[in-house]
Amino acid sequence: MTFLRIEGFGKKFNIAHLHQTIQAVEEINFSVDKGEFIGITGKSGSGKSTILKSIYRTYLPDEGRILFDSEKYGEVDLLKAEERQILYLRKYEIGYVSQFLNVMPRTTSRQLVEQSVLEMGKEPSIAKEEAEHVLSHFELDRKLWDTYPTTFSGGEKLRLNIAMAAVKKPRLLLLDEPTASLDHQSKLKVREVIEKLKADGTTLAGVFHDIEFMDGLCDKVFDMKLRKYTNAGAFI
Amino acid sequence: MHEQPMLSVRNLEKQFGPGCRMCKNPIGRQLEKNYCPHCRTVYACQNISFDLFPGEILGIVGESGSGKSTLMQCLYFDEELTAGEASINISDLDGENVFTLSNQQKRYIRNHYFGMVYQNPMKGLKMDFSAIGNIAEKLIAAGGRNVAEMEVIGKTLLEKVHIPLFRMKEEPRRFSGGMQQRVQIAKALSNQAPVLFLDEVTTGLDLSVQASVLDLIKKIQRELGISMIVVSHDLAVIRMLADRTLVMLNGAVVEEGLTDQILEDPQSPYTQQLVYSLL
Ligand SMILES: Nc1ncnc2c1ncn2[C@@H]1O[C@H](COP(=O)(O)OP(=O)(O)O)[C@@H](O)[C@H]1O
Ligand SMILES: Nc1ncnc2c1ncn2[C@@H]1O[C@H](COP(=O)(O)OP(=O)(O)O)[C@@H](O)[C@H]1O
Ligand SMILES: [Mg+2]
Ligand SMILES: [Mg+2]
Ligand SMILES: [Zn+2]
Repeated sequence: MTFLRIEGFGKKFNIAHLHQTIQAVEEINFSVDKGEFIGITGKSGSGKSTILKSIYRTYLPDEGRILFDSEKYGEVDLLKAEERQILYLRKYEIGYVSQFLNVMPRTTSRQLVEQSVLEMGKEPSIAKEEAEHVLSHFELDRKLWDTYPTTFSGGEKLRLNIAMAAVKKPRLLLLDEPTASLDHQSKLKVREVIEKLKADGTTLAGVFHDIEFMDGLCDKVFDMKLRKYTNAGAFI
Repeated sequence: MHEQPMLSVRNLEKQFGPGCRMCKNPIGRQLEKNYCPHCRTVYACQNISFDLFPGEILGIVGESGSGKSTLMQCLYFDEELTAGEASINISDLDGENVFTLSNQQKRYIRNHYFGMVYQNPMKGLKMDFSAIGNIAEKLIAAGGRNVAEMEVIGKTLLEKVHIPLFRMKEEPRRFSGGMQQRVQIAKALSNQAPVLFLDEVTTGLDLSVQASVLDLIKKIQRELGISMIVVSHDLAVIRMLADRTLVMLNGAVVEEGLTDQILEDPQSPYTQQLVYSLL
């Protein structure tokens, strides 16, 4: 069974008050094997985020199938899965990270990462241990662990964001332009973080507007214009 | 996957007024918002169905007058409903429609399985009892008899909601709005109810106080695994707390879905309007 297979996928948005329908993407077909890192590239508005958000079901997709090989449920079509199944998969199997940190106010980085573990039903002592491990693994400065992330730099916020997702050891991690708005130094750090995730065996699907930055890391690159994989590395 | 819901509600109806021949039949009923222009009957809740699963927070969002509080009050047996069914997943009640039980049985369910936090603390608390006395009242209703034991439980709960213990003998009318809501939450938790209803708990509180109450609710869900229905007109509150959300308009559910999906890809024109007005 393929780890993730997208077949004839399409998504429309109906904007009622404008009497408008936007066909965001159509006829998307690709698959991802376990442990691969897939990049998605294409110009702004070509539907890259729509694909990732539909896999995560933040968007309600309407055409085709998105087949995911779940540890718990076996093969599930994420388009049709029940809401409770999706919530389970988000808790244990599929993570999503964007450049935006969307968290409970007045909660420290350490607490946020611990909560990710606690909601999986693990013991507080284990949550503490795993949170500390992942925060140092992704090199978030120790003095930031017990502060609120509101004042963090873009790079620090992103590393916290990735830590919150990675601590759950998701089988599939979706990255939606995580490096947008980061400076060169921070991007290099994120590249290292992604290298580590890949080395841990995480399957990754990511959108990067400057995908050359992921050169040598991506196994395949899906081109939104051609609607197919191009050779990794061929774009530079 | 066949997970058993904690609470199942089907086709719940609540009207204020007798109805007339123009509005009695739901098919072809022409209402102005939620009332009949001929006889002024208010259809506060219309054909509402949903499931609440173990350990989840279900959000209900909608503008003022959409029927959220009426729905909560019907479920908590404060209001007699017009029609509908609800069952709770408790071994000896499994599958039974709780609305057709005797008043005594309803009181039992309310005392043992439900907790309620009202928007208005005046409704949920006896303002001239002490804070700990309010908790004791609920414990006694749930069968508590041992005074020393109840005091220990009361103190633990007040500490959990961050009410300083030196104030536990004070009456809630001397507390701030945020503290009153926290005492209500402690009271609602006291019978270890598996189902909690929270109606606009943070409405009218200062932003920083709001944040601490929301944080408390999240913590309770995480640590105690209680199923909660959180009602709010405020999408920000729902975004923070709810896994899944129902959107209500004029007494009816117009949309339901994962909370982030409702916010980022709203399907019904009304939800779209609600969400876009935030951006
Ligand atoms: N939530 C949404 N509501 C309405 N239209 C959307 C929404 N998200 C994306 N779109 C539209 O779908 C198209 C693809 O957008 P998107 O997937 O964000 O592209 P990309 O990530 O490649 O920049 C665009 O035309 C965009 O305006
Ligand atoms: N006791 C009552 N008698 C008549 N109408 C009522 C009564 N209680 C509520 N209503 C009406 O029912 C509708 C729903 O009210 P409510 O449940 O309080 O809405 P919400 O909590 O969403 O603001 C409103 O139109 C309200 O005026
Ligand atoms: Mg995008
Ligand atoms: Mg109300
Ligand atoms: Zn009428």
